[in-house]
Amino acid sequence: MINAVGRELPDYLDGFGKIKPFNGAFATLPDMPRQSPKVKRMCPGNHKVLNDLEEVFTKIPIRDGMTLSFHHHFRNGDGVVNMVLATAAKLGLKNLTVALSSVFPVHAPLIDHFKSGVVAALDTNYISGPVAAAISQGLPARPTILRTHGGRARAIECGQLHIDVAFIAAPATDCYGNINGVSGPTACGSLGYAFPDAEYADYVIAVTDHLEEYPLSPISIPQTRVDFVVKTDRIGDPKGIVSGTTQITKDPVQLKIASLAAQAIKASGMITDGLSLQTGAGGASLAVASFVRKMMRETGIVGSFALGGITGYLVQMLEEGLFKKIVDVQGFDLEAVRSLAANPNHLEVGAGFYANPFNSGCTVNQLDCVILGATEIDTNFNVNVVTGSDGIIMGGSGGHSDAAAGAKLTIIVANLLRGRLPILVDQVMTVTTPGETVDVLVTEWGIAVNPLRNDLLERFKTAGLPVKDISELKRIAEDIAGIPQTNRSQGKIVAVVEYRDGTIIDIVRQVPK
Amino acid sequence: MTMRRSMLFIPGNNPGMLQNGGVFGADSVILDLEDAVSPLEKDAARRLVAHALRTVNYANSEKVVRINSLDTGLTEDDIKAIVPCRPDALLIPKVQGPADIQKVAALMAAAEGPEQPPVQIIALIETPRGLAEAYNIATADPRVAALAFGAEDYTAGLGATRTKEGQEILTARCWLVNAAAAAEIDAIDTPYTDTADEEGLIADIALAKQLGFKGKLSINPRQVEHIHAGFSPSAKEIIWAEKVIQAISLAKEQGTGVIAVDGKMIDAPIVNRAERIIMLAQLLGLQKEAYHD
Repeated sequence: MINAVGRELPDYLDGFGKIKPFNGAFATLPDMPRQSPKVKRMCPGNHKVLNDLEEVFTKIPIRDGMTLSFHHHFRNGDGVVNMVLATAAKLGLKNLTVALSSVFPVHAPLIDHFKSGVVAALDTNYISGPVAAAISQGLPARPTILRTHGGRARAIECGQLHIDVAFIAAPATDCYGNINGVSGPTACGSLGYAFPDAEYADYVIAVTDHLEEYPLSPISIPQTRVDFVVKTDRIGDPKGIVSGTTQITKDPVQLKIASLAAQAIKASGMITDGLSLQTGAGGASLAVASFVRKMMRETGIVGSFALGGITGYLVQMLEEGLFKKIVDVQGFDLEAVRSLAANPNHLEVGAGFYANPFNSGCTVNQLDCVILGATEIDTNFNVNVVTGSDGIIMGGSGGHSDAAAGAKLTIIVANLLRGRLPILVDQVMTVTTPGETVDVLVTEWGIAVNPLRNDLLERFKTAGLPVKDISELKRIAEDIAGIPQTNRSQGKIVAVVEYRDGTIIDIVRQVPK
Repeated sequence: MTMRRSMLFIPGNNPGMLQNGGVFGADSVILDLEDAVSPLEKDAARRLVAHALRTVNYANSEKVVRINSLDTGLTEDDIKAIVPCRPDALLIPKVQGPADIQKVAALMAAAEGPEQPPVQIIALIETPRGLAEAYNIATADPRVAALAFGAEDYTAGLGATRTKEGQEILTARCWLVNAAAAAEIDAIDTPYTDTADEEGLIADIALAKQLGFKGKLSINPRQVEHIHAGFSPSAKEIIWAEKVIQAISLAKEQGTGVIAVDGKMIDAPIVNRAERIIMLAQLLGLQKEAYHD
């Protein structure tokens, strides 16, 4: 069958099940009750602190085929996933599903667990590093599910991703399982991506290297949902968890793109009191924030909130009074951690609150504008952030599709040429975010507006912005770099790309070694 | 009229920058074979720049190449390789006197193809002797389209200390503007070298415009926007210039001799200035905006 973005999909996929095709960004209606986890009890005098992870495995007990979940707030400094899976391997477990919100190079030991059959499937929102390559080569027994950040929360809350045991890397906890992310040696800031896991898993385990006196303060994840606490020597490497300060790019081409994007926001009429904005932490996204900051200062306007991955730059804007609030599902640097701990206007929220399309309202719906990147974009404005032009997995949606769907103005910023390849093509390799949710593409050679947004086109023209038809931009790219040949693999399906509503927007096929 | 508010240097040995040089919207790009390129890379850069001139889309930017100065022995090879690729102009560094211009112009004429429009010369004045000869340089050959000022080498030659405020180059700037105006060509100001100092750049641009420069060299694409803002006519200037032009045409119709606008006498140089402002405003599409503001 063919879905609404023209992708050919099988009706059924072994190891995954029946495929429901993507049918439009807001076409699917939920028709299920919310998931309800087991009811527990804890008697006075009972203790939660266990000696080691092995004791957790035997106490629950964890069996073959279960789903173990993890958050990715420790990014490339995470030590918990590897520790837990090493324990599973030691105990001879097989056929586990790992539901890890994002996978980083540090998680390379997963590859051996795929090979030995300890782990049979991966459920995630973003993958970088050697695990991504291993999946593209078809290593795990079952296809990988690539979700969005909001989609993962939806899948957990709606019972489509049932978590048997959630292992929560906990920067600080107390003996009764209260957790926060703002103190201890591995402080990472917001724990937003662990919230759905903590709320809906059958068992919740806090894994920590920093036990504080009861009761912990502040509390991000409460004792009422945490079954056991395990203290180990070290749960992560702070150097891989948060960076010192996130820098704005100095690359003149990216700065040019950022400046054009900021002018587009202004021309859209959004630089007014109450502006809400999401930018990524990448250098170019931050540069957009710096140009917007200047415009806000010059016109004296005050925004309502900044959303998404939070950096010190956005913290400065909050502290300068340019935004009234920060809504933080994930922090990227030490300044974001400091601010979350100290500033009541810096709010910690969960992934569902941030972006789940199937609840009574998520924050991306309140966004005026989001700035996003792209690995590829096509002339229908569909964006690929999952695979490279070679078809090998190198990322994932994360919050891309969620913020694009929610925001009133979705801007993709991208160099028209990356390396020697045009990023603007007839058909992207893997559709991640549908074109109907993308309004504007900003490149160094000009701005293209989605024909669905003629209102914007008029405003941009009036403002004298360098507007071009998207096919003209593509021609400019091809004049410089030529037309690249595409090489679409016909191998087995190694991953399904799930849209935030649970339908399948595309698939990824095996690429030979 | 060629608008040269911003003239942006692009290192001639950097393929990525050569390819992207057209995206920054500078009035001119200067593909640099001189200071940006180490002696060992001169021939490679020459090939890259020649290829870029033939193949890269520099959009609306004027294409200028800074070749190596006559004392390097590289000038002739540079001209032979570059001129047939049809740049709009060559920027000649360390011009010491009119003889330098005549020598370069002869080499250029020999290198030009039969149908090729003459390549212009922009003379970079960056020595005390060059400055002393500025007017003679400006009038040495019809190809000379502008004088540009290079303050770093100039102050070194002077034995002065270079400062951000630039008192040590005030005389030179004024002298250069005067020489260019006398020869009826444009004067282009020295680059502002602290790329991180936006406020300093804006102040330096304002001073250059006040002194009579028509544009500024730039060493970083980030400076282009500020330079354009500084050297584009303001709403006030456009409205004034239109009043002057209207008064002049009215005076012609009525045969009146003496004309005044806002109580001030109007004569030929003022009319010239007004006409230039209107032309710039037309090129930039600024006229409507002026009244809008």
